[in-house]
Amino acid sequence: MKKYFALFRIRFINGLQYRAAALAGLSTQFAWGFMQILAYSAFYRANPGAFPMEFSHLVSYIWIQQAFLALFAPWGVGGNVVDTIVSGNISYDLARPMDIYNRWFSEAIADRVSKATLRCLPILIVAFILPPPFKMVLPSDLFQFSLFLVSAPLAMFTVTAYCLIDHMSTFYTMSRYNAIFVILADFLAGGYIPVPFFPEPFRRIAEILPFAAMQNMPLRIYSGDMAGRDAAYGIVLQLFWFAVLLAFGKLHMRHSLKRVITQGG
Amino acid sequence: MKLYMKYFSIQFKSQMQYKATFILNIFGRIVMSFATVASVLFMMVRFNEIEGFTVSQTLLCTSIVTMAFSLSEVFARGFDIFPRLLGNGEFDRILVRPRRVIFQVLASHIEFIRLGIFIQAVAVLCYAIPGSGVVWTWDKILTLFLMISCGGAVFFSLYIIYASFAFFTTEGLEFMNILTYGGREFGRYPYSIYGKRILKLLTYVVPLALIQYYPLLYLLDRVKNPFYIFTPVISLLFLIPSYAFFRIGLRRYKSTGS
Amino acid sequence: MITLSNINKTFRVARRQAGFGRAVKALFSREYELVHALRDVSFTIKDGEMVGYIGPNGAGKSTTIKIMCGILTPDSGLCEIDGRIPWRERIAHVSKIGVVFGQRSQLWWDVPVIDSFELIRDIYKTDEKTYKYNLEELTELLDLGEILKTPARSLSLGQRMRCEIAASLLHSPKVLFLDEPTIGLDAVSKIAVRQFIKKLNSERGTTVILTTHDMQDIEALTERILFIGKGRILFDGSLAELKKHSSRRKTLTIEYTGAAPEITEGMTLKEKKNGHLIITLDPEVLPVSDAIAYLAGKTELIDVSVSGITAEEMVAELYKEYQL
Repeated sequence: MKKYFALFRIRFINGLQYRAAALAGLSTQFAWGFMQILAYSAFYRANPGAFPMEFSHLVSYIWIQQAFLALFAPWGVGGNVVDTIVSGNISYDLARPMDIYNRWFSEAIADRVSKATLRCLPILIVAFILPPPFKMVLPSDLFQFSLFLVSAPLAMFTVTAYCLIDHMSTFYTMSRYNAIFVILADFLAGGYIPVPFFPEPFRRIAEILPFAAMQNMPLRIYSGDMAGRDAAYGIVLQLFWFAVLLAFGKLHMRHSLKRVITQGG
Repeated sequence: MKLYMKYFSIQFKSQMQYKATFILNIFGRIVMSFATVASVLFMMVRFNEIEGFTVSQTLLCTSIVTMAFSLSEVFARGFDIFPRLLGNGEFDRILVRPRRVIFQVLASHIEFIRLGIFIQAVAVLCYAIPGSGVVWTWDKILTLFLMISCGGAVFFSLYIIYASFAFFTTEGLEFMNILTYGGREFGRYPYSIYGKRILKLLTYVVPLALIQYYPLLYLLDRVKNPFYIFTPVISLLFLIPSYAFFRIGLRRYKSTGS
Repeated sequence: MITLSNINKTFRVARRQAGFGRAVKALFSREYELVHALRDVSFTIKDGEMVGYIGPNGAGKSTTIKIMCGILTPDSGLCEIDGRIPWRERIAHVSKIGVVFGQRSQLWWDVPVIDSFELIRDIYKTDEKTYKYNLEELTELLDLGEILKTPARSLSLGQRMRCEIAASLLHSPKVLFLDEPTIGLDAVSKIAVRQFIKKLNSERGTTVILTTHDMQDIEALTERILFIGKGRILFDGSLAELKKHSSRRKTLTIEYTGAAPEITEGMTLKEKKNGHLIITLDPEVLPVSDAIAYLAGKTELIDVSVSGITAEEMVAELYKEYQL
């Protein structure tokens, strides 16, 4: 555990050095969220009846999404994993006394958490003091908030496990372009538009796929779009998909490593 | 121009060395960019219209902006990856060659796989045209042409500004994404839906609305004034300040070397 | 003719500090320090000269080269190459020079080298006659023949370096800047590159300015050395002068049987292994012949060798002397 913490610390300090990057990321995400809310409010004005979420829920959804982008996004982390594989530097990793899957997993988590810690607070503060309709609100009660606190790390674990599987496909393709799976995950997890905006039957299908266990869940739980039994069911779904992706990833890893070793890297 | 064609052919040749990867990548990019189209489609199916623009009309707008953007991605790639050119010394090589700097940056990086998005956008355009209600007379075709070509130039200017910032700082360039990628993402819908203030900003400061919203109004017969055909041409003025900014950045680079 | 007079250049560098607390602090305020990359650098290089530019990493070598290539503008001072100020008339200036960066490539990676050459010809607007003539000569001298049809990515380092050098000479530049041209090359390629540079300088009269860490390059190639440290030119003269300037100590290696000899005044013991002794000798205190005679009297000598200082050692000593 200690070595994972040390890893996290290094990443965090590393991230701190880039203050301009943090500032830029912040303003980008803020502007991005703002523009999205403007677009949705135009749709809301056009036809409030067709709006599948409460508008205030949507606003919270977008701000949480922007504030914690680094936690839940299926892209932007783990690029070094792909490089490690393509360049053949994986042989160095093999020589270290650490399970490679665990190492990559914890590195990705460290990356996500350190990036998010730097960026979330300013966005959240601004989002809370904006005038309505842009203002972000707190969850309805403490219980709902604690559900969010459970769901958020689960979503992060699930998306990280998914990403690692995607990165590991590099073992076979040896190419840096696996972007289709990233976009697919981003779209189906509600990264482009929230899943409730999907027309039927896409929505029903999307809600049971592993992607629903990613950002979709904590964002909708926080905003209040999913509450009570829905939320509890959601968390069970997350646990299920995380377990599946983790198991698959580890198996995949063992298999791929065998390949690497027999081919001599 | 002749020299540009030489650069063009040498890069075409080298990117064609790996034909399978090339085709796969083009295909991949086409699939990828459908996520954007799907989100527009999903929203429009639900709401039918936005600010009076129908599904087909919105898709028309989406495809035009995407085309303009992808043109700049293919031909101004050198400015997109400019921080890398500074980092790996390629830019120093450019400086010791007897040709204009901007020309060399432009000519030495042409990325053909990014044409995939252009192809996809053409497909969406074809899909959107029948339902959009546009009667394609010569003035409409001219409008469409100006929107795409001048649009490419505006995105190109934005990339030059991005590259100019790279002379000053290696980090924090991300904020330009809101204008480049953001211009494309938010350009899926007519810029007017974001409200009057944003529209003004995109008219007078970053002239993206001049290549999208105003000519679109003419294309869809919402206005009759032929002045609107030529609003994209006005947006070309934006090249001047971005070029000036690049010169300032270059001067700084020559005095700091980093 | 290249003239630099009183060139100064400073950079502002952000100071990075270790530790968590300091990293947080650096988010809000950052300290900078001024680095004097060049201080009052002056020298003149005549047409057709071949000059080795040496110094430790960070001494200001590449800053000077960049200024001479027109990539950097100095803070103050004058630099004129063939009557032009490099950073004022960039295009006119660079069409008369050739630059080889040893660690970077100017060839297009995935196409045959000849294609790159043709594009370079067009970039420099070299007329067909000159290009043909140069290409033929370079092909012969650098033994490029078959290599020209190979894509740059499949060349060995040595082959690629020969192509890089050729690429920088297609437009018949009057001045050639070589930044570590032999780095990473094997012995055979190194020798080939050196021979070529020598020929280029003597036959075409091209002015060559060469930076390197490899003292053998210097010994093989240059008459004149510019030695820079901490942004100042510390020495400007021939290799022989530099050797004279630096210490004249000799190294004495002896093999003996029996008891190890005591050393005497003027000798310092460097290494002692069974039956082996390495001694540095100051010939001003104790002449070499006396030293050998002394040692022969103390023990039974089997073998003796005397060597002067190598260029490598000399530079290391210079670094020490100037505390670089």
